[in-house]
Amino acid sequence: MPAPTYLRARRGFAGLQLRALWSHRDLLWLLAARDVKVRYKQAVLGAMWALIQPIATMVVLHLFFGRLLDMEERVAVPYPVFLFAGLLPWNLFAQSVTASSNALVANAAMVRKVYFPRLIVPIASTGAPIVDFLLALGVLFGMMLWFGTGFGPALLLLPFLAASMMIAVLGVGLLMSAITVAYRDFRHLLPFMIQLLFFLTPVIYPSNIVPERFHAWLALNPMQGVIEAFRAAVLNQPIDYAGWGISTASALVFMAVGLSVFQRVERRFADII
Amino acid sequence: MHPAANPVSNPAAHSCDAADAAVVIRATDLTKRYRLGASTPAGQTLGELIYTGIGTACQRLRQAITPTRPTAEAIEPTDPHRVRRGQFLALDRISFDVPRGQVLGVIGRNGAGKSTLLKLLSRITDPTSGEVMLRGRVGSLLEVGTGFHPELSGRENIFLNGAVLGMTRREVRDKFDAIVEFAEIDKFLDTPVKRYSSGMFVRLAFAVAAHLEPEILLIDEVLAVGDAGFQRKCLGKMHGIAEGGRTVVFVSHDMGAVQQLCDRVMVLEGGRIDTIDEPRAAVARYLELTADWRDEPASVFRGPLTDRVRFEGLWINDQDSSEPVVIHPDQPIDLRVAGQAAEAIPAYRTTFSVFRDGIRLLTQHDAALPTDLPAGPFTASVQLPSHLLRPGGYTVCIGGYREGMQDYTWGVDLARFTVAEAWSDQFDPVNLGLINLPGHGKRSHHSTASPTSTPVAA
Repeated sequence: MPAPTYLRARRGFAGLQLRALWSHRDLLWLLAARDVKVRYKQAVLGAMWALIQPIATMVVLHLFFGRLLDMEERVAVPYPVFLFAGLLPWNLFAQSVTASSNALVANAAMVRKVYFPRLIVPIASTGAPIVDFLLALGVLFGMMLWFGTGFGPALLLLPFLAASMMIAVLGVGLLMSAITVAYRDFRHLLPFMIQLLFFLTPVIYPSNIVPERFHAWLALNPMQGVIEAFRAAVLNQPIDYAGWGISTASALVFMAVGLSVFQRVERRFADII
Repeated sequence: MHPAANPVSNPAAHSCDAADAAVVIRATDLTKRYRLGASTPAGQTLGELIYTGIGTACQRLRQAITPTRPTAEAIEPTDPHRVRRGQFLALDRISFDVPRGQVLGVIGRNGAGKSTLLKLLSRITDPTSGEVMLRGRVGSLLEVGTGFHPELSGRENIFLNGAVLGMTRREVRDKFDAIVEFAEIDKFLDTPVKRYSSGMFVRLAFAVAAHLEPEILLIDEVLAVGDAGFQRKCLGKMHGIAEGGRTVVFVSHDMGAVQQLCDRVMVLEGGRIDTIDEPRAAVARYLELTADWRDEPASVFRGPLTDRVRFEGLWINDQDSSEPVVIHPDQPIDLRVAGQAAEAIPAYRTTFSVFRDGIRLLTQHDAALPTDLPAGPFTASVQLPSHLLRPGGYTVCIGGYREGMQDYTWGVDLARFTVAEAWSDQFDPVNLGLINLPGHGKRSHHSTASPTSTPVAA
């Protein structure tokens, strides 16, 4: 006779059922794989889009900011590589957060009809952006060869940089996914917020063009430090560990708040979706 | 040796040792409350207020834009006992035990709390108060194709759906062939499921859930979608599951299936348990409760068309069907409904079905093809020829649907009629079966002496 389980009104973090998350890891994997498969299934160019999009964005931004606004002069490295190295983590962040914020609503049928740890849904939705990121990373390495920027030892930090990015992505993503279920307004608000954040994050410009007194504030942006560090590692420049640390700490705070909001809202997902 | 005598044994329902058998599900004062019309439930903590602070403003804004939001349940908040201060008691302190190996049927009118009960048992939503004790893994089939993605193939979806229901990939792989065989979809395994028929969808979904081998299986009335042959197969499978010592909770509007399959049946009414009894008695009680459906059509009709097409009366040979109607076999049987269409319904047909012991004998429509139904009152009728039905009791289900069957309304067991025994039947004990055919066959005699008619073995 199996041990009894008791279902009662839940309180606190027990609601997140982190252990159940592990036992449902196959579901996590399958949902992520589903998103990847479906994403490019009926597109003629298929997965090529994962490369075309960031490259096209880079070309446009390069023409506007690099050429017209002379951003090229302000960075000591080839501007296309600079841009692309900033765009990759940014795209991972923007796409993941957008996907996780829509994930629970998009999978409403499942959430309403089957039991499983809800955290799986927003986490799995980062799968497709991660695949896109990895594909584009190949392009970045190609560009580094082409422009001859060289491969420095700092590239060994990539796993840590990736972990740090995922903390930022999940921290903000979980928060947004829970909030979006409760208040659909965020579906409309989020693209706008992401757009704003894009300009506040040093993707198209180096952070040293911002006056010094703002730096501490900008570092609170969970993606700020990690984008700078990622780009420095790629371009073989000194890494600002302090900035990276502050951003990661900020991302961890987002994660804690995100999980807290998530478990509060999770208890009634099925009732409000 | 009557073929209708179904050899379903109900050991748990009749023996006294049911109480001694291990209890697999125990609900104690189980209560679920929904807030009406709002998306945020009551009982917020201080922390939640911080989040809802921004939210309330957003909510007001949203309410200004969209008039009303449906709550999670399709509920009819008419019962004054259940609605209090904007809250709806979907389930009100219900307690029950289900011993291992039992098939518990749950019946009741729409909004009685059946779906809420299944949602609580399947952990989709938490109780407001009270608790449920469960022993073992719970598999549930509350809606067809919950874990399915239309773009993916049947094969991919089996793995996905299995994972959603809590199976590991290895378990799915071990059961894969059995699932495919049970669902009868082997030819379409690599076709995206968006090209599947609804029947194939149900078959696949049921097959995955049934092969999950949970200790407790919860089934909502998904089987209604499949064809009769498959429904029988599913009922057989569920029966097998129960005989294998696992427990089934089965919500259905199909009284025939409930009586055939269940050991015990719970009748829910107004969020409380009205009766828990052996199937026949419980179904009789349910039919009593639904006898007054004319006052509250929404409590018995289901489907997306229900609020646009309302049926308000059903007559059998011009007799109001709120009383049982007796029909002489010489009479043709006239079924007539009166209803209201809230708006014009394009490509619509009214449909009538006659059931006996839960088996659908026939379906007739009020038109050869779907045609437009103008807004306002309408009547529809069909006529069954005399001498078609054998003596006995029948139930009538009516509904209406739009071409494509996506938009429908459907109510079951709305009326009963009896075909009386005729004088000639008493002398005809060999004419068994459910329907009569006019006339008879023929026989010819061949003399064995005739060499031409004798087959010769080569």
